[in-house]
Amino acid sequence: MAERKLHILSVLVQNRAGVLARVSGLFARRAYNIESLAVAPTDDPALSRITIVVAVESTPLEQITKQLFKLVDVLKITELDPAEAVERELLLVSVRATPETRGHVTEVVSIFEGTIVDVGHDSLTASLAGRPAKLDDFAELLRPFGILELQRSGRVALPRHDRTARTAPIRKVS
Amino acid sequence: MQLTGAQALIKSLEMEGVEVAFGLPGGCILPAYDPILESALRHILVRHEQGAGHMAEGYAHVTGRPGVCIVTSGPAATNLVTPLMDAYMDSIPMVAITGQVPTHAIGTDAFQECDTLGITRSVTKHNELVMTAQDLPRVMREAFHIATTGRPGPVLVDVPKDVLTSLMDWHWPSEGDIVAGLPGYRPTTRGNGRMIKEAARLIGEARKPVLYVGGGVLKARAAEALRALAELTGIPVVTTLMARGAFPDSHPQCLGMPGMHGNYTAVTSMQNSDLLIALGARFDDRVTGKVSGFAPDAKIIHVDVDPAELGKVRRPDVPIVGDCRLVIEELVQAVTALGGLEAQPDRTAWWEQLRAWQEQQPLRYQPAEPGEGLKPQQVIESLRDLTPEDTIVTSGVGQHQMFASQYYRFEQPYTWVNSGGLGTMGFSVPAAIGAKVGRPDKMVWAVDGDGCFQMTAQELVTASSERIPVKVAILNNAYLGMVRQWQEMFYGERYSEVYLSPDLPDYVKWAEAMGCVAFRVEDPSDIAPTIEKANSIDDRPVVVEFRTDSSEKVFPMVAAGQSNDDIIVAPDVTGS
Ligand SMILES: Cc1ncc(C[n+]2csc(CCOP(=O)(O)OP(=O)(O)O)c2C)c(N)n1
Ligand SMILES: [Mg+2]
Repeated sequence: MAERKLHILSVLVQNRAGVLARVSGLFARRAYNIESLAVAPTDDPALSRITIVVAVESTPLEQITKQLFKLVDVLKITELDPAEAVERELLLVSVRATPETRGHVTEVVSIFEGTIVDVGHDSLTASLAGRPAKLDDFAELLRPFGILELQRSGRVALPRHDRTARTAPIRKVS
Repeated sequence: MQLTGAQALIKSLEMEGVEVAFGLPGGCILPAYDPILESALRHILVRHEQGAGHMAEGYAHVTGRPGVCIVTSGPAATNLVTPLMDAYMDSIPMVAITGQVPTHAIGTDAFQECDTLGITRSVTKHNELVMTAQDLPRVMREAFHIATTGRPGPVLVDVPKDVLTSLMDWHWPSEGDIVAGLPGYRPTTRGNGRMIKEAARLIGEARKPVLYVGGGVLKARAAEALRALAELTGIPVVTTLMARGAFPDSHPQCLGMPGMHGNYTAVTSMQNSDLLIALGARFDDRVTGKVSGFAPDAKIIHVDVDPAELGKVRRPDVPIVGDCRLVIEELVQAVTALGGLEAQPDRTAWWEQLRAWQEQQPLRYQPAEPGEGLKPQQVIESLRDLTPEDTIVTSGVGQHQMFASQYYRFEQPYTWVNSGGLGTMGFSVPAAIGAKVGRPDKMVWAVDGDGCFQMTAQELVTASSERIPVKVAILNNAYLGMVRQWQEMFYGERYSEVYLSPDLPDYVKWAEAMGCVAFRVEDPSDIAPTIEKANSIDDRPVVVEFRTDSSEKVFPMVAAGQSNDDIIVAPDVTGS
């Protein structure tokens, strides 16, 4: 079996009821697991951008994008090569922070240039935005202190400006 | 002009040129049934909503116009799921209108509420919930536009009861408004010129080419164009189960049906081909057998209006997205530009090989002697010989379907109507009714199995009361025959839950109770006279029950998951 690779699909859709269900339903129907998914309106409120990260081989990915493109509400699909895209994700984490460990925890947060957004007696909540890999590292370093809750937003991504050649929109084959 | 939503809905159907709708009213759709009384629209009252869906499909199959059905919410909508899926698989243009609970009650588990949009999302090309009456004409027009363009398919419009009763200002959007309002929907119709030239070049080099013709050719109304291409190139043609009739069976270049129960020559020609020209076909597993062993040496030209079909199963050497008719017409020009028939390579050896296969491995069966049980093939052959060439034949799913496709002769497009992709038992009777409504000038025969007949037979009540004179041939082998065949061949003759009984129900009495004329045929000598009697009745439905041999099996056969090279042409005889 060929190696599964993470692919980022940036899907521009009409901002209408049920669009997300249509898009995610397509993945479910072909038994592909969505790694992460983020959706929000674009600067044009009539349109939304759905950023989907999916782990599949390239052949089924081609089929999935072609099927997605058949949805009446889908306007454009761009596959973003992680190397050619800027990606950001937001992480919120509540960590145990007793008087003994609090200094270490805040140090980790500041090294990563995160923000402490809430403080309790023996815990605190920090936020960090950045590349997904950086968020992974952040969570790993906080883990020994005791993570109480952790929530990630799923990544959003856009192509880089200077090197867009390899991220042209997937067009209809003809 | 102010109209109620219900009036706007019916007026939208009229504006779309809809002449007939199949349906059954109930609570939420009730308001829409009131203006039907004043409309020229013909409504056919079915006995089960599944029947309405299959009738709409049968109608669409034979007319090329979208089939329309109207049902209420909840259980009626769920009863439509099977025909919607059937139409989706076989790319049948269809518009289904379902009632829904009032907008304020949506999401409350109200009486007969169901998530129709959610349930039908994966069985429709598109579906839409209408939230205000003002939107109805636009949504209806979009529904017809989407159902009939690109790769056709079913579209469902869900209409809450209060949307039907509220007032709106009538406005009929233009075609341009509809296209502008669907920026994400732009089907490609014209093929890429460079690819078409490349295809013509490959055709001009192929020594052993085959035109692999699928249902898309019929959907694109491309039968004439296909014939021109075939005759211009002299290339043999196979017609899949969905494409029977797209090329005349009697044409010397026609090899007939490929696939799991295709004839030896059709199957083997593809296996040995050096170029498959796939036109509106989708490399279905019932055609390819084991994909890795399918036509291993063939280059592929693949023409389809749906880009997702190209490369889905087999990567084409020349992919062409476009409407089959337009692309084939351009291919004809491109081949002509390269010198036409004169410039085609010498394919004498290929044709000699094909003729030899045809001679060595014709379709064959052992006919019954007088006094013996009927052979199903014999019944189909008689039907073939005693019906006009333009007769429409519908079928259910099972052995009888395969016998019908193999032994009937399809000379004209739109004369064969069956459930190919989904394989829906119970399709044939309602599909025949829909076909007869669409083409009242033609004789319509449903070839059905005893198992299938029991799933939707009640629609013969619809046919009787609406005076729709379809004819039904039940091949009564007392079994779920196709399943029995698999149990015999692959489960060591261990027959589990496939026996139905030859005389329970009594098909003749049942048919008579539904207002039909009915006959039973048990002796081979009665086949022809009874078919002739049935043919002469044109004022009500006729049912003929043929008592056929339970042990007869469909051959040739490529067992599921096997390579087409391992075709079994007759019991215990493999092809290669
Ligand atoms: C709705 C549905 N249920 C089950 C099947 C599986 N199936 C395929 S063929 C068949 C037997 C059909 O029996 P009958 O109508 O008597 O036809 P025969 O094969 O005997 O000609 C069955 C059960 C199906 N295709 N559709
Ligand atoms: Mg049977």
